[in-house]
Amino acid sequence: MNRKIKKATTHVIQNEGLIFEKSSPGKKGYKLPELDVPEVNPSQVLGNAARADLGNMPEVSEIEIIRHFTRISTWNYGVDTGLYPLGSCTMKYNPRINEIVARLDGLANAHPYQPEKVSQGALLILQALRKALMEICGMEAITLQPAAGAHGELTGILLVRAYLQSQGNPRKKILIPDSAHGTNPATAAIAGYEVENLKSNAHGMVDIPSLEAQMNEDVAALMVTNPNTVGLFEQEIHKVAEIVHRKGGLVYMDGANMNALVGKVRPGDFGIDVMHLNLHKTFSTPHGGGGPGSGPVACKKIMEPFLPIPVVVTKKDGTLGFDYDRPQSIGRVRAFYGNFGMHVRALAYIMANGRDGLVQTTEDAVLNANYIRKKLDGVYELPYSTPSMHEVVFSDHKQTAKGIKTGDIAKRLIDYGFHPYTVSFPMIVHGALMIEPTESESLEEMDLFIDAMKNIAEECENTPEVVLSAPHTTRIGRLDETRAARQPILRWKPQAQSAKGD
Amino acid sequence: MRYLPKSPTDRELMLREIGIRSVDELFAPIPAEYRLKRELDIAPSMAEADILDWFRQRAADTAASGYANFLGAGAYHHYRPVVIDTLISRGEFFTAYTPYQPEISQGTLQAIFEFQTMICELTGMEVANASMYDGSTAATEAVLMAARVTGRRSAVVARSVHPEYREVLASYAKNQGIPLAEVPFLENGRVNAAALEKAITDGTACVLIQSPNFFGTIEDVAAVAEIAHRKGALLVVAIAEAVSLGIVKPPTEADIVAMEAQSFGVPLSFGGPYAGVIATKEKFVRQMPGRLVGQTVDKQGRRGFVLTLSTREQHIRREKATSNICTNQALIALMATVFMTVYGREGLKELATQNLAKTAYAVEQFGKTAKVLFQGAPRFNEFVVQTSKDPKTLNGRMLKQKIIGGLPLKKFYPELGNASLWCCTELTRRVAIEAAATALSPQKAKPQVVSTEVAQ
Repeated sequence: MNRKIKKATTHVIQNEGLIFEKSSPGKKGYKLPELDVPEVNPSQVLGNAARADLGNMPEVSEIEIIRHFTRISTWNYGVDTGLYPLGSCTMKYNPRINEIVARLDGLANAHPYQPEKVSQGALLILQALRKALMEICGMEAITLQPAAGAHGELTGILLVRAYLQSQGNPRKKILIPDSAHGTNPATAAIAGYEVENLKSNAHGMVDIPSLEAQMNEDVAALMVTNPNTVGLFEQEIHKVAEIVHRKGGLVYMDGANMNALVGKVRPGDFGIDVMHLNLHKTFSTPHGGGGPGSGPVACKKIMEPFLPIPVVVTKKDGTLGFDYDRPQSIGRVRAFYGNFGMHVRALAYIMANGRDGLVQTTEDAVLNANYIRKKLDGVYELPYSTPSMHEVVFSDHKQTAKGIKTGDIAKRLIDYGFHPYTVSFPMIVHGALMIEPTESESLEEMDLFIDAMKNIAEECENTPEVVLSAPHTTRIGRLDETRAARQPILRWKPQAQSAKGD
Repeated sequence: MRYLPKSPTDRELMLREIGIRSVDELFAPIPAEYRLKRELDIAPSMAEADILDWFRQRAADTAASGYANFLGAGAYHHYRPVVIDTLISRGEFFTAYTPYQPEISQGTLQAIFEFQTMICELTGMEVANASMYDGSTAATEAVLMAARVTGRRSAVVARSVHPEYREVLASYAKNQGIPLAEVPFLENGRVNAAALEKAITDGTACVLIQSPNFFGTIEDVAAVAEIAHRKGALLVVAIAEAVSLGIVKPPTEADIVAMEAQSFGVPLSFGGPYAGVIATKEKFVRQMPGRLVGQTVDKQGRRGFVLTLSTREQHIRREKATSNICTNQALIALMATVFMTVYGREGLKELATQNLAKTAYAVEQFGKTAKVLFQGAPRFNEFVVQTSKDPKTLNGRMLKQKIIGGLPLKKFYPELGNASLWCCTELTRRVAIEAAATALSPQKAKPQVVSTEVAQ
């Protein structure tokens, strides 16, 4: 065992096959209540629409279910396990009170169509969250309906389209910086727009002369991420907005990095017209292995008439209700009202922090990123000298001399007991290592991480093969991804097992 | 702040290491004129106990399991085995993110692989994705997928598809230049096959139906598939009530199944988060949106799972991607996976049969006091009732008896008059069914408060 690896030690981990491999006829994990109405014969009630059997669905007992999912869970790394510096994803602590309040009977078991009269508590939560988020963004209207960030982007761009259409011309193009998340161009295309790329300048920011040259009456909007994906605040954002506005376009902000700004500066105050938030990033709702997310969209008054239906309103009698009568609305982007369970959690997070805690959180997130930046500067190459906000992007330039790439360093970090950073993104930095510690990390945990990164840099020099063949301490080694894509096995089948389980 | 693991001394030390005096210097890149010079208009930090109290009060102001609830319509009231929350609350599942690093994400990856397998078994499709936002967006994405597969640019949609699913589809289709034609339903609740046949043209990418449809009626999927395929269009079948798959024949004749998995152990939670799924034939997999998990091996031949076929996705393809979707609903899909495992091969059938029995009994009881529409075709656990009075008035009266009545349909289907959509599940008690049927009676009956349903 390498004595430089301080955070982690190997220990026995349980093997576990697929649930289907434990199944045998007659085992049961359920018991239904006695039926209090007459029994029916399905083939009589349904005729030829009745189903004969359920094929290979598993048959297992309760203890086997608990062990199965518990064992496989131990093969995962989570924020609860340690530092999870996955840049751009904001892997912060998920407070447990959020989980408790989201599971309260009145909130977890409320039906979306139950009468408004008996839904006042749920409606008040929506209203309180809307108010807090508008204040944080400096915006005048908001919808909580989008189910995730990319869904919010789509909603925002549809609002842009509807607004411009109401002015006479929806226009043709969306300008997107080359540092943007992949969702931005995909969203613009789904919303029926052509995508035009905008070059970044030598500081990793929107290039003002290029923007001036490319902005014209065909451009509906600029989609900008601020701080951008390199972790830099767009210092000339006011000029950017002015250039776009002068030609009648709108500025959309991808709010994925809003955790660098909360309580310090408001997008509505620096010229942004419409933006989305990721409640699962900035507002601590759990990432859950890849969702659920929640992507509210906040905008200026001019776009309010176009918000998706329904909108929460205070009615004449003082109670809360939903307004569906909005003829200019872009329509719906999701059934019901969005990911309400995530709205509950985000509001609980805002209440726990309060105005004081929200600002301290932002400061700590930026402080942590800059601490790591300072400590690793020189060990890894910094492609931009511009100051970082909540995340820092290095490149693998120094290590490539030994044939080691960002992806290899990431794998070696696993042996040191950490989840890797974001690999090879943003694409404008060749061989990027994108590190976002978030505010949830203590000095002790960060120092362990910094030590690990420094040790790996030494290994790259002295024992590159150790890095190239990492990870060495996990249950399984690097997996053959080419084979997975060339001969896709996307489900279990009783006979067609190509590899034996452990 | 209790979530922040730093002492004032730590912060000072870090500032010194960075070589600055105050944290404000880190915010210098933000032009001063735009910085917020006041505090946010948000209350100061609250104690955990106060937060809990505040939400308890909101929960008390919202009706839930103290009521007998007859609402379905795309969000269903099923019992959630307690092991679901026990398991999904493990930090390794719920505080992890997208499994980009398979060596330390095998738990999530294997669970998704099991989810994909179970969805295939239940729907009769060959491949299923790792989940999408919800049923409405899954149905929409399925239609867009059909357009990519066929190269055709319009769709035919049954009017008996969930109205909000159709609204979501319309919001997307409008900007993609995909015209939608709507096809009416027959007196038995099923889609009008003759009208459907007429509506399909050479440009029709797909037909979208729902089964059981919005009225609870089970469509003749094979017949609709035959019509669609004859004209070169694909068939997309939406399923909003997943529990139906326990006893209703799967739509194997469909080309794409777009499903809402909420019924599988996901709390109603006032409409979300839920989990959509797309399942399809193997030959269409490269046009399918959303994440996919595949099986592979490491160098020593040990089985493992990875995200695969991601060249379809936005982070690689950008504006040429199959969809802009990034996040899926992994934790909700995990709830569904645990639910499907708990009930399994026999339990899902038994559960679905109980739903069938409760509904058959309710239809019989409601038939005595009101008119049950759409007779003559099989239904699962929902049915439409027509009353002489406005259902909103009747529901208002029933609310006093702690009954939440069926969904008034006037907003969505004015042509049905005083109609409402009712749902019975395994949680609906006989006494509640009888009380509701009595309350619908034109004769004044003595109102009776229904005691709470089976505990959730």
